[in-house]
Amino acid sequence: MSGNLIASTARKARKLTEEEVHEIEHEMELYPDKKAVGLEALKIVQKHQGWVSDESMQAISKFLEIPVSDLESVATFFNLVYRQPVGENVILFCNSVSCWVMGCESIKSHINEKLGIDFGQTSEDGKFTFLPVPCLGDCDKAPVMMVGDDLHRNLTHDKIDELILTYRKSKQVE
Amino acid sequence: MIVNPLTKNIDMTRPPLEISGYESNDGYQSIKNIAKGMTSTDVLQKTKDSGLKGRGGAGFPTGLKWSFVPQGEDSPKQKYFVVNADEMEPGTFKDRLLMEGDPHLLIEGIIIGSFAIQADTAYIFLRGEYKVAERALRKAIDEARERGFLGKNILDTGFNLDIIVHTSAGRYICGEETALLNALEGKRANPRSKPPFPQVSGLWGKPTIVNNVETICNLPGIFTYGIDWYQSLTKGKDHGTKLFGISGKVKNPGCWELPLGITIRELLEDYGGGMQEGLDLRGFLPGGGSTDFMLPEHLDLKFDYDDIAQAGSRLATGTMILLDNETCPVGMIGNLMRFFSHESCGFCTPCRDGLPWVVAIFDEFCKGQGTRKDLEILHEHVEYMGPGRTFCALAPGATAPLGSGLRYFAEDFEKLIKE
Amino acid sequence: MAKVVIDGVEYEVNPDNNLLQECLSNGLDLPYFCWHPCMGSVGACRQCAVKQYRDSEDTNGNIVMACMTPAADGAIISINDDQAKDMRERVIESLMISHPHDCPVCEEGGECHLQDMTLMSGHNYRRYDKKKVTHRNQYLGPFINHEMNRCITCYRCVRYYDDYAGGTDLAAQASHHHTYFGRYEEGVLESEFSGNLVEVCPTGVFTDKAFSEHYSRKWDLQTAPSICAGCGTGCNITPGERYGTLRRVVNRYNSEINGYFICDRGRFGFDYVNSPERIRLSPEISDDVEKKLEQFKTDDAIGIGSPRASNESNFALRELVGEDRFFSGLSDSDHEAVQLTLALGQDAAFRSPSVKEIELADAVIIIGEDVTNTSPRVALALRQSVRNYAMDLAKQSQIPAWQDAAVRELAQHDRSPLAILTPYTTRLDDIASEIVLGPPSQLIEVAGAVAKAISENAPTISSGDDRVAQIAKYLAEAKRPLIVSGCSAGRIDFIKVAANLARALSEQRQEVIDLCLTAPEANTLGMSMLTNEENTLGAALDKIRRGEARKVIVLENDLYRRAPHPDVTDALEKADSLLVLDQLPTKTTEKATLLLPATSFSEHEATYVNYEGRAQVSFQVHQNNSGALPSWRWLSKDRKENISSLTERLVKCSCSFEGIKTLRPEIHVAVSGMQIPRQSHRYSGRTAMRANLNVHEPKQPVDEESVLSFSMEGIPPGKDATILGAPWSPSWNSNQSISKFQEEVNGDLKQGNTGQLLLDRDKSDTYLEIKLDVPKADGGLEVALVHQIFGSGELSAKSKALQKRMVDPYIGLSKADAESLGLSQGDSVSIDGNGNVAAVVVRTKMKVGTAALYCGENDIDHHALGETVHLQKVASSHHRGLGNLIVSDLYEEGY
Repeated sequence: MSGNLIASTARKARKLTEEEVHEIEHEMELYPDKKAVGLEALKIVQKHQGWVSDESMQAISKFLEIPVSDLESVATFFNLVYRQPVGENVILFCNSVSCWVMGCESIKSHINEKLGIDFGQTSEDGKFTFLPVPCLGDCDKAPVMMVGDDLHRNLTHDKIDELILTYRKSKQVE
Repeated sequence: MIVNPLTKNIDMTRPPLEISGYESNDGYQSIKNIAKGMTSTDVLQKTKDSGLKGRGGAGFPTGLKWSFVPQGEDSPKQKYFVVNADEMEPGTFKDRLLMEGDPHLLIEGIIIGSFAIQADTAYIFLRGEYKVAERALRKAIDEARERGFLGKNILDTGFNLDIIVHTSAGRYICGEETALLNALEGKRANPRSKPPFPQVSGLWGKPTIVNNVETICNLPGIFTYGIDWYQSLTKGKDHGTKLFGISGKVKNPGCWELPLGITIRELLEDYGGGMQEGLDLRGFLPGGGSTDFMLPEHLDLKFDYDDIAQAGSRLATGTMILLDNETCPVGMIGNLMRFFSHESCGFCTPCRDGLPWVVAIFDEFCKGQGTRKDLEILHEHVEYMGPGRTFCALAPGATAPLGSGLRYFAEDFEKLIKE
Repeated sequence: MAKVVIDGVEYEVNPDNNLLQECLSNGLDLPYFCWHPCMGSVGACRQCAVKQYRDSEDTNGNIVMACMTPAADGAIISINDDQAKDMRERVIESLMISHPHDCPVCEEGGECHLQDMTLMSGHNYRRYDKKKVTHRNQYLGPFINHEMNRCITCYRCVRYYDDYAGGTDLAAQASHHHTYFGRYEEGVLESEFSGNLVEVCPTGVFTDKAFSEHYSRKWDLQTAPSICAGCGTGCNITPGERYGTLRRVVNRYNSEINGYFICDRGRFGFDYVNSPERIRLSPEISDDVEKKLEQFKTDDAIGIGSPRASNESNFALRELVGEDRFFSGLSDSDHEAVQLTLALGQDAAFRSPSVKEIELADAVIIIGEDVTNTSPRVALALRQSVRNYAMDLAKQSQIPAWQDAAVRELAQHDRSPLAILTPYTTRLDDIASEIVLGPPSQLIEVAGAVAKAISENAPTISSGDDRVAQIAKYLAEAKRPLIVSGCSAGRIDFIKVAANLARALSEQRQEVIDLCLTAPEANTLGMSMLTNEENTLGAALDKIRRGEARKVIVLENDLYRRAPHPDVTDALEKADSLLVLDQLPTKTTEKATLLLPATSFSEHEATYVNYEGRAQVSFQVHQNNSGALPSWRWLSKDRKENISSLTERLVKCSCSFEGIKTLRPEIHVAVSGMQIPRQSHRYSGRTAMRANLNVHEPKQPVDEESVLSFSMEGIPPGKDATILGAPWSPSWNSNQSISKFQEEVNGDLKQGNTGQLLLDRDKSDTYLEIKLDVPKADGGLEVALVHQIFGSGELSAKSKALQKRMVDPYIGLSKADAESLGLSQGDSVSIDGNGNVAAVVVRTKMKVGTAALYCGENDIDHHALGETVHLQKVASSHHRGLGNLIVSDLYEEGY
């Protein structure tokens, strides 16, 4: 009953894993200020959990003693911090100018069709999340996209079919 | 004589050179030269004398930039050297090549720059998506530390340096040096006002230099082969070589290191192999998404800072994006506007609220639903979001293709107006 | 001074300022949003675009932002340049593309800076016909509404809330044109200063929720310049009334005290004025009230004064019963502490700094006073004082002070030193350089040792705390050190040791030292100045019990808050007749044989003396319709008494009050002898507002005493700000119009006065003796009183909005003490087994041996407790719970 008597945020914080704590502590050696570590911690937690949940935010906030609001403020600012669950494979699809000139729109439609999802959505089987990304800096091989950590170049409809098959099977192409 | 100092070690069909291979090809020679007794002032002076200009887009003389860092007894002891490796300018793909292809060259350059301003910590602000570059850089840093080029008392100079790779959480605006510093501090990447310049109050309020990857990669050559060699590389007024790139519908898109001052036509035809079969060139953005369009009539201009500026555009990143006659210029500009609108940090009004309006108008033009009133509004926005009106250069960058596009491709816009 | 040319006219300007500020200081209209007079510039909104020319030859010029451009000597600018005007119009147009244009239903309408600036910039036609961006709003607690769709993204809210006020739960989120200002999740805004968002926001994103519930337009509110009755700081406020009820309170600029900001107790704690429980003149006594009163006007009556009643009312009571029979309305310990405060207030070695002066301190020590909860506005000023280090650093780096973001970036977390000696964590800990936590006796030791370290002459006190030397060093070396303490903790030794420390500094530096001693209530000092030192409340109660006073008059005071409950009951039951004058029922009014309704702060004209000894006048805003009179009028021998003659007699009786003569302007100073209207020239519906009762419009009430009238007729305060309730200037309907009334931005009000300091500093004194407590051997916990901004103020606690933020009485314990007593979080305990029950709050940073006691709304009779207490677990009982408790060190395991 006392739990209701005093509002507590602790209930919502999850416990950071040892690995996460270890990595966050490593970052603390690299930056002289906690705020900088906060952004790093968001990335670390995302690396391990796939995304940054409210419970993770609270956990980082408690661990680093920085306000949740500050974390939320940066988490929602940057493109690569996910505040919603994402699929096993995040497709970062370049739709900037060179890829556009090289026909990325048609590739995008093809992905839409094949996976049944548009930008910002996750496929029903939880395998893919489809996101646009600013120019990936591989413009001479446009259209390009990343799936997880892997870059895929000179995309064609056939190549997309092939990639979807492969990623459906395993998490990452080695 | 070395004519391609930036890419001499790069062969993308194999992994980058490890430190032994790199050293055997004059690698880290510059550090050894400096360690023979050059002071930080000497390094600064030599960089000034070399005539090196920043390759990130603005073309500001590098040595001059460094000289604004306060030195001496009463200056803050802590200084930072920051590498802008947040390559995200649409159509730009040169820094990726340098970092993936020859990470040690960048490390070597960072040591020179950090020594010049006496910074004991350097951060590489790297695009989060550049996973291959990240791995290559981390490995190279470890190797360099092992060989004594990084760490405490480097080559007995008494100079200490550590390099920390920071991967960005992703925003185009981080390419703006002060926004980059905010991002590095874990804050929202809103740009800061200048003055005060980062050289005076930068990372965590300490004197800081932010240089682009390619700029830094110019340094080892200058300190290994000398200024005379460096200045002999060019075909134009500005010194050194530059990475040039072409994307769009050419036969052979790619990125090449060439002396400054070759003509655009040479680049397009000799290196890019000319337009794809059946296509004509309608225009091009010479240095990434935030430069003004140029036209086929400009092809014989020299690809350097001044000539491009005379044609009303900017050399900027030196990576050109081609518009062919079968691609809709309105669509292309609309794509750029959507990019800039999305990547606006949201700090100042013209950029935050001007760009979405522009995008909404392009959406209607692209559906053939344009109106004359909206066309007028587009024209107004070119001035409204232009230089001096906004907090940073993002929106003015957007007005470059917008303004020039409205001028050069007026009939294409006209065609999309619903009468 | 420098000279700049603006549209061809030369102006003298201060080159340390930016051009926008100088334009406004010189009375020029230049629209802006993100700049704020005391938060500087960030250059976000781009609204203040002007044309700047290189030199007189330059005809093209460049568009620059006035707020980001120094007012450098020789600068040539144009506000009226076509390009600049066009730019400003474009800015408004684009920041309004998603604005809902819901002015008719928006609380900000009519005093909206966005409306004003839109009109000023000339944007009057909406060309944007695309889709708008919309947002979801958040629940932000009982004080503030959130309507994000109206946001124009000026970043003022977060700059105020986070950067200025130190809040941690409001932030900018997302980016580009989706930028959102809110909490990370719905919930109460935690800052004690959140209400200022209402005034900081240039449009209607953050509005006053309590006001919304009984809303009226600014122009329909009857207002008058008033003084906040929430604590002893004396912030200037403008209450607004409509249809006979008080609707809201907003900040009223005073350059010396509150500037642009007040606290949430002040803003949201007024609505007890409208309470249905207000004491009314009962019909059965109204006929012979005169006769009933007469019986108290005899020689054997005694009077007990009130720290929350005005000087006039306290004086009228004193006059009635005689100086010797006028007793303090404070608890005995508070009385002793305040008498000492008054003595120190006349000591030439010290200065009692105004809130503005507090902001100038560059090294501060706070001794045992939780200012955030007792004198909140002082805490907000202390938060600014620690930035003086940053300002110095910026100056060295040639960064102008108005470059807000740049100055903050440069200094990072480096601040001017602030030491907090406290029994429990406070809401200023985040900016403290040293936090000395311990039971009160230990804190007194540490402070005493600091004094000794500064001057050999100080009484010998030693402390094992290794921070003593450090604290002494920075206080001794600072440019302007400041010592803060007060009597809220119920420990006079805190004040003594603070005085000794200040004296040590004064000796060592040979200069006057800032000594800020807070006062808990609106007129604590004023009442105490009228009270003889030996006339304590205890003495009064004794007198009554001994039968030496058969008739007792209690002025606006609940004696149960001031003395042990059994003592009060005992005494009051002994009195033959008891006259109580008050606004709301209390335990004391229950005992009254004659109960008379007193007007509230907004219903009368009166003067109050704040913690500095500054007397200020608070004007009547509206009339009381339930028969209440100002207490002084009930008590006056002559019922036709007029406040001017009363004031004259007060000044004659007590020369310390000389200064209040000048506070109340006489009618003859007004233009043509015309009164100043309390109602705006746009006041609407006057003829119809009572039409539901009677179609005949009643005559407007006449105010025969004040320079103000209950009317819209008269001469409104133009640029003369002597009497300025709601500032308004043509084109400037929002509170930003204040710049039109200031000598210069952030300066004094033109012809306005900031009150009168009453205490003369003409005495000198020596160190005070401090008896260090020997720790009690009975194993009890040492009591440290806790105050809550929402709840500890007697009257404000009766306000509906504040009640939604209040908590039950609680006792804060260290983890170890809780464990050894077998207590856990939320348990109820009986204190000393005498019927006082509190909830246990285990706090991780509390030192063993301390019991931090919050008494709720006088639910705990703390005067009956000793310096130490024993606790016993009892069956739990809760009323409000502790859900609203905001402490940083709550022990959380097991949740």
